[in-house]
Amino acid sequence: MYQFHYVKAKSLQEAGEFLAAHPDAKLLAGGMTLIPTLKARLAQPSHLVDVGGLAELAGIEVKDGKLRVGAGARHREVAMSAVVRKAIPALAELAGVIGDPQVRNLGTMGGSVANNDPAADYPAAVLALGATVVTMRREIPADDFFQGMFATALEPDEIVVRVVFPVPKRAAYAKFPHPASGYAMAGVFVAENADGVRVAVTGAGPGVFRWQEAEAALGKNLSPAALEGLTVEAEGLNEDMHATREYRANLVAVMAKRAVAKIAGK
Amino acid sequence: MAKVEITVNGVKHAREVEDRALLANFLRDELGLTGTHIGCDTSQCGCCTVHVNGQAVKSCSMLAVQANGAEVVTIEGMAKNGALHPIQQAFTECHGLQCGFCTPGMIMAVAGLLKDNPNPTDEEIYHGLEGNLCRCTGYINIVKAVKRSAELLGGK
Repeated sequence: MYQFHYVKAKSLQEAGEFLAAHPDAKLLAGGMTLIPTLKARLAQPSHLVDVGGLAELAGIEVKDGKLRVGAGARHREVAMSAVVRKAIPALAELAGVIGDPQVRNLGTMGGSVANNDPAADYPAAVLALGATVVTMRREIPADDFFQGMFATALEPDEIVVRVVFPVPKRAAYAKFPHPASGYAMAGVFVAENADGVRVAVTGAGPGVFRWQEAEAALGKNLSPAALEGLTVEAEGLNEDMHATREYRANLVAVMAKRAVAKIAGK
Repeated sequence: MAKVEITVNGVKHAREVEDRALLANFLRDELGLTGTHIGCDTSQCGCCTVHVNGQAVKSCSMLAVQANGAEVVTIEGMAKNGALHPIQQAFTECHGLQCGFCTPGMIMAVAGLLKDNPNPTDEEIYHGLEGNLCRCTGYINIVKAVKRSAELLGGK
């Protein structure tokens, strides 16, 4: 690991100001992506600004009919939260299959969303549920927030404060995890929202994306049969030592059917 | 450098550490608690699992400064007054190990699992130990040891 200076932020504002003044500083929350990245010497930040445990980022509640999850909420908290389980059980279930228990004990909602790893789980839920990412200075709809591999609408000194999820009628997530890392080879989140069905796919492409053909089909008939014969274009999907793009395209269709079957079974 | 105060197995330690020092290295190199093993460089093996404020974490993926003010329990803190902790006892009885390298991390992970779920099913044990790799046993006796741990801890 390269040298860096550690700074414990006392408030969100202090963290934001520090980031603005130090362009090579990075935020540290759970550290479940950042610290392994540093250990592999894949990044060399000047400073780590620790926002872990800040009260301003804590809290899970339903307000005005929407589920608000603080950016500092650990995956474990989301998975076990009675509030989340009641409002959006699929989100709690998703949080419970991120990484492994040790990762879930430290990793945060805000960190996962801001990092936008193409194989992370949360982006699929945020996009399918049409959630809003709230930062210190604005509210960003999910459709504008995710911008491809590790890219988001966030400014370099902008900090995610919470994610606000409209409560769907029904929702489910199905993923095919990489057996060693737990990351999604393909993960599909299907949500029946007040304004229609949305299907978001993670793990398969260079970033989370909506599968609009499936959305249209499921909008008419929310059952696995509606997806029969539908396929995503393999061109442009990820291909690596773990799977070809054709295999991932097939996984997307299978995971989508599994998610819809879970919804239909409820 | 950063000043930290970390309580490890009930004893408070005040030290100055490099900002980039990992908790695992702090425990091993500063405190000589070498029961916490480092088995990989990629945060996957779980051999370095310890409890920080009551929750299992991989100490190789956390900075020592992040644990400032925290209560840490390592494998050395499990046995009390010369008597093995029930989970250690169960791993011994069931031979839940071969080379033993992963065992400290396994035991700390099992302690975390059983705190949340005192009577896990086989499926729940597999899911609960996803963060720990064992390259010897094939996990059969580890799963037996977890079930025996649950019995010894009075879960059943």
